[in-house]
Amino acid sequence: MMHAIEKILAKAAGLVSITAGEIINCKVDLAGINDLYLQTIRSFYEMGGKRVHDPKKLVVFLDHYAPASTIAQADNQKQFREFCWNQGIDLLMDIDQGVCHQIIADKGLAHPGMVVVVTDSHTTTHGAFGAFGTGVGATDLAIIMMTGQLWFRVPEIIRINLEGKIPKGIYAKDIILDVIGKVGADFAVYKGVEIAGSVLKELSIADRMTICNMTTEMGAKTCYIQPDEITFSYLREKAIDNYEIFTTDSDFQYAADLTFDVSDLKPQIAAPHSVDNVSSIAEFIGTPINQAYLGSCTNGRVEDLAIAATILKGKKIHSRTRFIIVPASKNVLLEAINKGYVQTLIEAGATFVTPGCASCLGTHEGLLASGETCITATNRNFPGRMGSTKANIYLASPAAVAAAALEGKIVDPSGYLD
Amino acid sequence: MEKIVKGKAFVYGANIDTDQIYPGRFLDLTDPKDVGKHAMEGADPGFRQEFKPGDIIVASTNFGCGSSREHAAVTLKAVGVGVVLADSFGRIFYRNAINLGIPLVVCCGIANHVKKNDILTVDITGGKVINETTGVTHESQALTGYAMNILENGGIKSLIKSQYGQ
Ligand code: SF4
Repeated sequence: MMHAIEKILAKAAGLVSITAGEIINCKVDLAGINDLYLQTIRSFYEMGGKRVHDPKKLVVFLDHYAPASTIAQADNQKQFREFCWNQGIDLLMDIDQGVCHQIIADKGLAHPGMVVVVTDSHTTTHGAFGAFGTGVGATDLAIIMMTGQLWFRVPEIIRINLEGKIPKGIYAKDIILDVIGKVGADFAVYKGVEIAGSVLKELSIADRMTICNMTTEMGAKTCYIQPDEITFSYLREKAIDNYEIFTTDSDFQYAADLTFDVSDLKPQIAAPHSVDNVSSIAEFIGTPINQAYLGSCTNGRVEDLAIAATILKGKKIHSRTRFIIVPASKNVLLEAINKGYVQTLIEAGATFVTPGCASCLGTHEGLLASGETCITATNRNFPGRMGSTKANIYLASPAAVAAAALEGKIVDPSGYLD
Repeated sequence: MEKIVKGKAFVYGANIDTDQIYPGRFLDLTDPKDVGKHAMEGADPGFRQEFKPGDIIVASTNFGCGSSREHAAVTLKAVGVGVVLADSFGRIFYRNAINLGIPLVVCCGIANHVKKNDILTVDITGGKVINETTGVTHESQALTGYAMNILENGGIKSLIKSQYGQ
């Protein structure tokens, strides 16, 4: 009795069966390095590395500092480019491309059954494609560069069943914030999370990416959605046919099996300063907002920009609020231009930033001053995450962000979508 | 690696994330000496002045949650953290710290029983934390298995270097 996640790992380790708690060495199918992690290259050389094990399985993303805003960042990126050229790594995603996880989705780099490891905690996102995705640090990634493999502890698996019918005006972000608020930020530490239940048929690939992405905020090591018709149609669209589907045995024992009914869900918000500090947005209505932020690997997709464009079409954002929009990738930006969203949003007063991580992690392009308040569609509201440690960050859906930009304060977004 | 660590305690609460251990705005620094200058800056701006090599960080649940930045482990290594005691650790931080040779020991409820500047003796493999200031002994999880193997080899880099270095 094995879970699909265990079967993926077992195959990657060349084993027939594995059990939770075991330490195994897995072959990695795709390993990604971000520009924050020059230490990866350093560790590679420190361990005596000369040539990478398999350049075709490596991808380098210059996304967190795209484009560089300090000389140190520029220098780090320069070293990455040179490393790729010298090592024959063709998948160099330079500063024009966007955020790592969205590039992986756009280019169809993650397939069902793959082991995907990136130097980024939100690598859980690729459960949306039925892959085993997990984040590691620089030295772990350097080990993959040298050996093609990495050790993992086989995780216990928790199932989260989403049941009921999604009410109008409720988004994937509301659903996952509600779950995180109820289970807590450390609920799934070291564990794998499977998202299941009848609500899945209402969730697009973009929605699934948002949900899998946010399971990192309950500590999950990986997240998994069993591939279904929605997954297959994405795979067909990307012309991907070389994958293997693993299924969970019917007698598999989950470490926990929880069910959430979404039918009566109201718009949710995570208040400062932790992602599990979640309540209904009703409790914060009227809170003045200095900056609204739409972007990131969580909610910077074209579907998210579409929601903002619907809310802001023909209107102007509040004069005391700024609205920063960062499309998650070049593809997203191009599609948003083609569909007219960019024009609508700029006319409404939004500030567009080039695709990338921008101020999602508080390094550049839209930082918060001390005492300021931001509502954001990103994934973390830790102190200092987007600038000053004395700023307040509220996490919510793209609709809540756009409606707040319009009014200059937190509002219930439900009334703005008709 | 020292199996018995004695040092002064610096005590924190739950969910101390990697942005608090090492703020994002300093991620473009790469030299461990520079990275060490910003240790715990988001959680405790006075940390760097007071902390001495061998001192001990004590926290409640989920210490090191959040991002995968190895800087969070590098900065604690650079200031010479003797051991970190907590109820639980963020997963990637756990890997990063052990890989760099920083012992992390699970000791449930410890943050409720230790005050800042208490002197602790931690037996890493023996599973014991003695609070020398209060005289109370607490049970902790003994570090064993693959993690201990990495620590005993002085971190994963030397382990991999001996196996694969070209
Ligand atoms: S968009 Fe934000 S959460 Fe996503 S990879 Fe970039 S910094 Fe991390």
